[in-house]
Amino acid sequence: MEFFVAQILTGLANASSLFLVACGLSLIFGVTRIVNFAHGSLYMLGAYVGYSLMQVLPGAVGFWGAIVLAGVAVGLIGVVIEMLVLRPVYRAPELFQLVATFGVILVVQDLTLMIWGPEDLLGPRAPGLRGVFRIMGEPIPKYDIVLLLITPFIALGLWYLITRTRVGVLVRAATQDREMVGALGVNQAWLFTGVFALGSALAGLGGALQLPKGGADLLMDFNILAPVFVVVVIGGMGSLPGAYLAAVIISVLNVFGVTYLPQSTLVLMFIVMIIVLMIRPYGLFGREEVAGEHGQVGEPERPIKPAGGRTRIIVAVGLAILALLPLYGSGFAQVLATDILIFCLFAASLHFLLGLGGLVSFGHAAYYGGGAYAAALLVHHFDTRMELAFMLAPLCAGIAALAIGWVCLRLTGVYFAMLTLAFAQLLWSLVFQWGDVTGGDDGLVNIWPAAWLNDTTVFFYFSLIFTVGGILLLRHVAHSPFGYALRAARDSQRQAEATGIHTRRVQLIAFGFAGLMGGLAGALFVFSKGSVFPNELEIARSFDALIVVFLGGVKTLAGGVVGAAFFKGLEDVLTRFEYWRLVMGLLIIFVVIVAPQGIAGTGRRLMRRLTPAPERQRS
Amino acid sequence: MYRKTFLKALAASAALALSPLAGFAQDTIKIGEINHYKRLAAFAGPYKQGIELYVEEINAAGGVLGKPLEFIFRDDQGEPGEAIKIAEELMTREGAVMLTGSILSNVGLAISSFAGEKGYVYLASEPLADSLVWAAGNKYTFRLRSSTHMQASMLAEAAAESGAKKFATIAPNYAYGKDAVAAFKAALLELVPDAEFVAEQWPAVFKIDAGAEVQALERAKPDAIYNVTFGPDLAKFVREGGDRGLFEGRKVFGLLSGEPEYIDPLGDEAPEGWTVTGYPWYDLDEGAAGEFVTAYQERYDDYPRLGSLVGYMTAQTIAAALEKAGSTETEAIRMAFEGLDVATPMGDITFREADNQSTMGAYVGTTALQDGKGVMVDWSYKYGGDYLPSPEEVAKLRPAE
Repeated sequence: MEFFVAQILTGLANASSLFLVACGLSLIFGVTRIVNFAHGSLYMLGAYVGYSLMQVLPGAVGFWGAIVLAGVAVGLIGVVIEMLVLRPVYRAPELFQLVATFGVILVVQDLTLMIWGPEDLLGPRAPGLRGVFRIMGEPIPKYDIVLLLITPFIALGLWYLITRTRVGVLVRAATQDREMVGALGVNQAWLFTGVFALGSALAGLGGALQLPKGGADLLMDFNILAPVFVVVVIGGMGSLPGAYLAAVIISVLNVFGVTYLPQSTLVLMFIVMIIVLMIRPYGLFGREEVAGEHGQVGEPERPIKPAGGRTRIIVAVGLAILALLPLYGSGFAQVLATDILIFCLFAASLHFLLGLGGLVSFGHAAYYGGGAYAAALLVHHFDTRMELAFMLAPLCAGIAALAIGWVCLRLTGVYFAMLTLAFAQLLWSLVFQWGDVTGGDDGLVNIWPAAWLNDTTVFFYFSLIFTVGGILLLRHVAHSPFGYALRAARDSQRQAEATGIHTRRVQLIAFGFAGLMGGLAGALFVFSKGSVFPNELEIARSFDALIVVFLGGVKTLAGGVVGAAFFKGLEDVLTRFEYWRLVMGLLIIFVVIVAPQGIAGTGRRLMRRLTPAPERQRS
Repeated sequence: MYRKTFLKALAASAALALSPLAGFAQDTIKIGEINHYKRLAAFAGPYKQGIELYVEEINAAGGVLGKPLEFIFRDDQGEPGEAIKIAEELMTREGAVMLTGSILSNVGLAISSFAGEKGYVYLASEPLADSLVWAAGNKYTFRLRSSTHMQASMLAEAAAESGAKKFATIAPNYAYGKDAVAAFKAALLELVPDAEFVAEQWPAVFKIDAGAEVQALERAKPDAIYNVTFGPDLAKFVREGGDRGLFEGRKVFGLLSGEPEYIDPLGDEAPEGWTVTGYPWYDLDEGAAGEFVTAYQERYDDYPRLGSLVGYMTAQTIAAALEKAGSTETEAIRMAFEGLDVATPMGDITFREADNQSTMGAYVGTTALQDGKGVMVDWSYKYGGDYLPSPEEVAKLRPAE
């Protein structure tokens, strides 16, 4: 009994930082519809700023003052980010802001390293709160008790702000209907900035408050991201009581998980998320998303058409030049080209779902990594011939995609995205923690291709055939009746159903097909590197794909491929420099601001402007 | 759309052709160094400085084989796939004669597999996974640092002497943590057959829920605790454990906890009385060990971390191998590495022919607080060769060549 009470108290204390960060994210999303990937960076900044302030300000007043000031400082940083980076892209296609926030992550990582140095900082203790209280004989640190008492007050204060003040009325109105709030004469720009600042401040506060229980380190930003997203989704996006309840549930469950299932701590959280979303698809306190909110930002999409004669010639020439690479390029150029081609196929498969299907999958790495692992496991455990493993891998990924898609397609919008992320994370944690089968993070090594494929040039051609073939197939399907049906389901489910299209089935098949193609990319990857590790399944890999698709341009067919080639090429050049993350982040933000249609979309626009009008009519 | 790729490749080859450096390629001996300079900046930084210190020293003394030695440092972002791509580039385009680097074991294993497949020599400097030289070993991969098995065995020896019988373990839930616990268990049970393991805790790496872990360990009431957590996890564990009285009256054995990288951030909260492996640079003022500390402090105005020492020894080992090979041909370097002797700040080490593992050892001691800082006292240097299985046993562990 005593033990249970102690565990619940520990869980409640752990919930505080999680709640603060999550409710900030939830607020920002509710009002601005921005899925802020950089929220973890704001949390990390809160910890670092709080740490520095605590070194300067003395005593108990200084300690608590530092926490408050850290929140304020991060709130101001939020204002800067919102005004400089996000404002220019609100009108961009849906979720394009993701890319901008990703750029912010990179910039913040390098700036933090520059300012505070690489060493982990241990947080100072709260003055006067050293030691423990004995509660039913169990020792509970005093600071834990303070934390679990403070949080409900902050939650209450926020609740009051949102439900009882005029600002709160506006915020809630904006959550419901942005257009209407604008029509009523409210300055939306400042409302957005204000909410973003408040959300950032809460993240900063969360970072500073956890200092006495931990400290500040450079990995904090990504480490908090997954749990925070889980909390926001379980609680219901935009709901403060939901975020609090979910933070408590996750933290308390985790404490018990640590005791009774010490080996499966990673898996637990995502299983909870999947169960909750199966029962309550919009989270515990969430509301169904307002229909019509999605896919309608920005100009309406123009219908796609098969490439014109001139484009075909350009592509054919480009392909021919690429195919001749071994004649003039070094061995390494072929390796690099192979890497880029594989990544292009991966991105194109996500683009198929995202662009044509309107299905924003946040966990696409599940199929890429899944395909890679399927091939590697077949070779490693069953001594399968490389050729057979290579053929079976995409099938496995496709089947996995069908299964995951079957569950996820019950949801829409951001909940759909989050559920796909949860499945991908589930797969990742399974691979990571089931070391006997998968090798854990030591991965599976010595998965080299068959002897006839071993040569760099031969493998380059092998990859070229499969990646280009895959990309052309994806394009071909886009122009087929199936592709039209998929777009119809995206643009108007009701009208599509009325014309006799079984939209859910169409989307499910698209899911399986995209999974298959992602798996093909993964299978090529594993044999090009000779090994596979859980990295290929983790959030960062899914984000990579999302970033390049948005960067390339969601609303163009070439978007995924162009973005992938650009991003991978840039990475190859930039990682040679010391502060490459900073440069990369700034470049991404720059591209986002000058080209809110994505690279391919902007390119198309420029082409149209350069092309004389009569010719435009002819083509 | 493919034109971009092509143009980039074209531009890259043009740039290479025009590059004035290409003409001097023959003048230095290049070593390809791949590491996680951003992902693990706190470790990779001092490691790089250690390498640079040795390179400056040897080049001032005339270089290797009459040529200056040069390391090309590249960042792999902690991604094994990226590391392999860079390895290929270093060997084929940059003209590196061999590869070295990596802290993370999975990246080390990926480079090792690649090196074995392509026939490039790879000196794994930091990665600790046992499988690197055993289950996944190959004849092109050599390892400098004492592996998990070696360091865990040193601690098991101390644990056996302590007289404790009931042990609890806490280790990050990934390959390194699992290896470290398995090796400790095996070594301890050999020495103390009636030892008991009453609890095993596996926090996710860098995501520890320290309060809950401490409660779970306390509940098992062990005599002693074997701790493998490090970095921010260690800090949280030490603080919660201290607050909740977990360490009172208990022996604690901490793998790596005495390394400056991990103990220094703890400041005056560093644990006292733990038996740990680490690096007591503050006590080293004599012989080669002391010379290195002095030289490092003079050069960088900072004290060396364990990573600095490993970096220095990495460069030293490579120079020794090249001198012994008398050539920069891969096969010659590989042959030179087998049974290679190197005189290092840690004393003489040998690369065993049986498994390509060096006999570099580790410092084992007890933690204490001095002037508000965690240090190791009563330490001694344990020679790595004493904690390695015999060549016959190793033959069973390694795949046939």
